Amino acid sequence: MLFISDPVMFIANWLQSFLLGWGLPKELVVAILSFIGSSMIAVVMLCLVVALIIMERKLGGRFQGRFGPNRVGPYGLLQTIPDMIKIFTKEYITPQGADIIIYNLAPILITSAVLLIWAVVPYTSSVVGADVNVGVLYLIAVGSFGTLAILMAGWSSNNKYALMGAFRTVAQMISYEVPMVLVLLIPVIFTGSMGINDIVKAQTVWFILLSPLSALIFFIAAQAEVARAPFDLLEAESEIVAGFHIEYSGLKFGFFYVAEFLHSFTMSALVATLFLGGWQGPWVEAFPVLGFFYFSIKAFIVYFLVLWVRFSLPRVRIDQMMDFCWKALIPVSLTLVMVTAIVQKLLVGAGAALPIQVAVHLMVNIAITWITVQIMLAKQARKPRRKPVADIRPVAVGSPSTPSTKSV
Amino acid sequence: MDGWIYLGIFFLIVGIFPGAPILIAYFLSPRKPNKLKSQIYECGVETVGETHVKFKAQYYNYALAFLVFDVEVVFLFPWAVAYNQLTFFGVLEGVLFLLILFAALLNVWRKGALEWV
Repeated sequence: MLFISDPVMFIANWLQSFLLGWGLPKELVVAILSFIGSSMIAVVMLCLVVALIIMERKLGGRFQGRFGPNRVGPYGLLQTIPDMIKIFTKEYITPQGADIIIYNLAPILITSAVLLIWAVVPYTSSVVGADVNVGVLYLIAVGSFGTLAILMAGWSSNNKYALMGAFRTVAQMISYEVPMVLVLLIPVIFTGSMGINDIVKAQTVWFILLSPLSALIFFIAAQAEVARAPFDLLEAESEIVAGFHIEYSGLKFGFFYVAEFLHSFTMSALVATLFLGGWQGPWVEAFPVLGFFYFSIKAFIVYFLVLWVRFSLPRVRIDQMMDFCWKALIPVSLTLVMVTAIVQKLLVGAGAALPIQVAVHLMVNIAITWITVQIMLAKQARKPRRKPVADIRPVAVGSPSTPSTKSV
Repeated sequence: MDGWIYLGIFFLIVGIFPGAPILIAYFLSPRKPNKLKSQIYECGVETVGETHVKFKAQYYNYALAFLVFDVEVVFLFPWAVAYNQLTFFGVLEGVLFLLILFAALLNVWRKGALEWV
């Protein structure tokens, strides 16, 4: 193994042999290496948030036809740093009647829930945090920690708006977890393993080509899980002020935003890992370090899509959101899993070549999508139209057509 | 085994890294609490009554439906892992399980538990 082709593993192996040479027991050496590795991941991820925030604000400006931050540093790229210093020195205001322990634990737990996902994501073919054989189940388990933290924050703040925001969030997150977990079955069916690195290794053909519909459902459900527009009902400013984090201030408030930004990037990285081939790319066998590059390019492309959707679509109503999940996404994903399982078994049984498999799966996906859209359109047409309230619309007094009688 | 040691240490680390800045900021930031400042923020209106009221039973329906689905789906993961070793009949059995789940969804739908009222 050369330094140039895989520097991280080169350093790790050197350190391991160095520590073993001191006569330390093997478990302790593994623990020390794990400590260094996990600290590095946590630090890098928390620093990445600075970049994500400035990216979101600049791109948001572009999408909405304005400049975005443009004062501090070149092109306003350093804007986040003064913001961070400012929020660091703000007072913590604890509301009356708050449940102190839960109230203080919530911002820590919500950030750790997001960071925990990065423990199993493969960065290159060799650099994997923990290559456990139940990776997908771990993702599902850790992914629901964030929901718990939001409920803790809303419940302990002793504020009605916060409580309502927490209710909505929990309803939304548990609903969208079902289609997300259902479509996670499809990469596992194609791979035959729950380890995340095995799933990436199996993607000689990216799973987005084999099953584009499942990638789309995962993307939509991920968007709802991180509560980005059009699903950002938990912080609907016009209805419930700010949702579950009204009563937080200072850095505790800041960490809710750190968690939100990092969570949406994490979900983009998961889409890239599970459906876009993760670290796969040309020359990756000879130079595993290129995997970092491919992986981050793919993750940032998906993150760009997340932002695009976020700044383009209006917010949906809560009944529309729940209907879309339970009456559209869940039936479709159940059908998709059934059909994919049968079709894949038939194709393998018939000994079909890989291009034929891809073509058949693609056709099946398109067919399911088309049928779903037709059913939804038919249902929409059968819905009774709302009648207008009055035939003659009331005219406001003092509108331009009726000149005002009051003189100045 | 190495993976599990790593995960155990990771659980500790992710608690420390967000926790430490919050603690440091607690010592750096000013502390001037007063009675008005620490009142509950509800758009400038004084809060009425208790906070933790009973609120909308509809959430409970969704939670029950979710519980059924999530537990059943976790049962499906071993089936998906063993997929390549299964016979066609084994795959059909998994599909039958999913069909029962689908029928349950349709039943819940018809009963009106998925209507947001």
